[in-house]
Amino acid sequence: MSQALQVFLAVDCMPLLAVTFALLACGLIGNFLVLRRQSMLGDAVSHAVLPGLVIAFIITQSRAAMPMFLGAAIAGAVVALLAELVRKLGRVEPGAALGSMFTIAFATGVFLLERATVGTSGATRQVDLDADCVLYGQPETLLWFDAPQTLASVFSMSALRTMPHQVGVLFCVLAVIVALVIVFFKELRLISFDPALATAQGFRAGTAHLVIVALVAACAVAAFEAVGSILVIAALIAPAATARLCTDNLARQLIWSTLIAINCAVVGYVAGVTLPGVLWGGAAVSVAGAITLALGVAFAGAVVVSPSHGVCARALARRRMRARIAIEDLLALLYRTEETGRTQLPLAEANKTLGAHRCALALQRATSASQVARHNGAIGLTPQGRREAAAIIRRHRLWESYLVEKAGVAADHTHAPAELLEHVRDAGQRPIAPDRGPDRDPQGKVIPSE
Amino acid sequence: MITVIAQVDTAGLRALLEILTLQGGHNTTVVMLGAALLGLAGGLVGAFALLRKRSLGVDALSHATLPGLALAFLLAHWLGVAPNSALLLAGAAATGLLAMWCVELVHRHTRLSEDTAIGMSLSVFFGAGIVLLSIIQASGGAQGGLKSFVYGQAASMLPNEVGITGAIALLAIIAALAFHKELALVAFDEAFARVGGWRVSLLDGVLLALITMVTVAGLRSVGAILVVAMLIIPAAAARFWTDRVARVLVLSGAMGAVSAYVGVAVSALAPRAPTGPLIVLSAGAVFLVSMALAPRRGVISSALRRMRVRMQVAQDHALRRLLHAESKDLHFRCPRCLFSMLRVRGLVRLENGSPVLTTAGAARATRIERNHRLWTQYLISQAEIAPSHVDWSVDQVEHVLSPELIAELESELAAASPAPGAA
Repeated sequence: MSQALQVFLAVDCMPLLAVTFALLACGLIGNFLVLRRQSMLGDAVSHAVLPGLVIAFIITQSRAAMPMFLGAAIAGAVVALLAELVRKLGRVEPGAALGSMFTIAFATGVFLLERATVGTSGATRQVDLDADCVLYGQPETLLWFDAPQTLASVFSMSALRTMPHQVGVLFCVLAVIVALVIVFFKELRLISFDPALATAQGFRAGTAHLVIVALVAACAVAAFEAVGSILVIAALIAPAATARLCTDNLARQLIWSTLIAINCAVVGYVAGVTLPGVLWGGAAVSVAGAITLALGVAFAGAVVVSPSHGVCARALARRRMRARIAIEDLLALLYRTEETGRTQLPLAEANKTLGAHRCALALQRATSASQVARHNGAIGLTPQGRREAAAIIRRHRLWESYLVEKAGVAADHTHAPAELLEHVRDAGQRPIAPDRGPDRDPQGKVIPSE
Repeated sequence: MITVIAQVDTAGLRALLEILTLQGGHNTTVVMLGAALLGLAGGLVGAFALLRKRSLGVDALSHATLPGLALAFLLAHWLGVAPNSALLLAGAAATGLLAMWCVELVHRHTRLSEDTAIGMSLSVFFGAGIVLLSIIQASGGAQGGLKSFVYGQAASMLPNEVGITGAIALLAIIAALAFHKELALVAFDEAFARVGGWRVSLLDGVLLALITMVTVAGLRSVGAILVVAMLIIPAAAARFWTDRVARVLVLSGAMGAVSAYVGVAVSALAPRAPTGPLIVLSAGAVFLVSMALAPRRGVISSALRRMRVRMQVAQDHALRRLLHAESKDLHFRCPRCLFSMLRVRGLVRLENGSPVLTTAGAARATRIERNHRLWTQYLISQAEIAPSHVDWSVDQVEHVLSPELIAELESELAAASPAPGAA
């Protein structure tokens, strides 16, 4: 086995596995937090588990996985319930209720931690449970001391037994969460999108809420010592929030968030370890921080360039829509001009009605689509343009008839809403003309036939 | 805190008393007064943040101060000047506000909810801070000074640091008092404020500036993680006691000042321990006391109220069943505890070993029966509920019918057949 591979197994393999498992577990369960608009619950729970951890440690004087787990899960649930109580009794907003409870819990945790450190003559330090580790986490310290010498023995029982236990715990939590999400996918979807329907069908939304809190707490605890509470918050929210910007389908969102979690874990870890050396010759930076930044970069990327919900895509769509509306307004204007008997409209007049900028934009597009023809200083409709203009005017006047006859709008108040509605192309939203539609609108103008 | 007091025994207790009465040395006194000022500012500004529903946004702001602190530190290092606290606090305010701007951008321009935006910006900014801290640490910079901004370390504050943070806090207090009417207006009725000609975005900017000032002033003594508590907890605690803005402001400010004062005093006994948790725990104690004891909304008083209502309902039901039993010559076995309560109120007496209604009891039972039937009839005739489905809702409502409502029911049902049980 090569030297490099051995170094990788001993130094980088375990931290990399730990952060990947942590991000995957948190990222999966985080989807439901983001969908249920409870992102800050992840923040609160990941702070609130601290006193549970410390109390479990003080009682058992060991860092055995089970008591720590129980303590943390209980602390998380208690804080969530107390926040609910505060919200109801104090009639404060949920955010403030949560905020007051989790800061008190976190302060209790830090305080007890200091006490425990003094009380047990450094035992806490010895087992690496100090306030810094709680916040930042130290995945870098998860070394595989007895890393196997040959590639074949990596998966042998004896090698796996010497792995840092955090990695094993994280793997178990991840397995449980994946299993739960797959088995209860339908129920989770129902509860996330329509809690009222779920309750009506007999699912207990309250119980489901507690289960989700408990799962978040479990993730937070398992990930805690490996990656720290801040990265837990990022891992709970960021993959889901990023995936939410990429798709509208829950199953796809789960897959996206998984991919994002794996990518960010690996890229963040590698960048945190190698980039400082490459860029300014410094030592590796905090891996937890680097992964959080990677998640932030992925999220920012999705915000900007996501094809369906990104800022760019939406700005582009808005631009296109504005251009289309300008063209349609121009065509309608020319059609109305023709109705008065003139075949041409002086450009200056069109500029005045539509605004110079919109008019120039519309004219450029409409002439290149040969809907409008220029005749030195004046513009007029081509036959093709006339057909389209008639369709727009038809929509406009049908809407006006509809507003007067069906919606009870006064006849002299229909122009402004119809001016907006005429641009709606979706057939389902167009007023459907009766069999023998009205051939005149409320103002007595002819409605062009189709 | 109890553990601290237990461990420092009587001598420590005397020391704590000395510190609390401002006899703990000049430096401690200055730090404590500065902390009290900060607590007052946090309570006042926090009350507005709470009413405007901005509490959790503050969490993003306070976490996001960390990269600013680190950047200012690096900048000072790069320029070759000593990192003074004004520069550090300016950096903190800058990244804090940047984070709030990011929250606003994400919330406005994407489909994500505000709390997702807050969580994202909180964790990413703090992650950046951690990375910067680890760079400073690796480059051998003395980042001990920066560490104290994470959990707060009031004991090591220098007089000029107290001066700067105290001045910021004082400014925030003055501004909060000067703008209190406008801020309350926006918090309670944004639409009305807008119609009244107020620039809501401008007033929100004022509130954000005040929040930033308090956060930055609190970094050194409470720390970036927990300074949000100074803005949330006193205000939420004050909210338990009263519904009036002025009283919430006074109470919240006072609670903030007292808890910061006491927290710093306790921490003076253990100078190496971080101050932030102690201040938050004293605020938390105030909060828990408020939650338990507040007269109307407190846990105890609302539990008592609920119990009283439940007892009243049980007694009413027993009276009604006694009335039924007497009219049909049946025997109703009244539970013993209910019976003794009814007997004390003089509504029931014991006759031949079985409970019998007194005159007053009979009158009350008749009235309840009448309420029951009035409401039943109303539901059937006016609300069109099927007669077989009426009973359940009636049992809930008959106890809360006010005399005015009954008069109204009577007049409304007058046209219908005469209400039963009227005799």
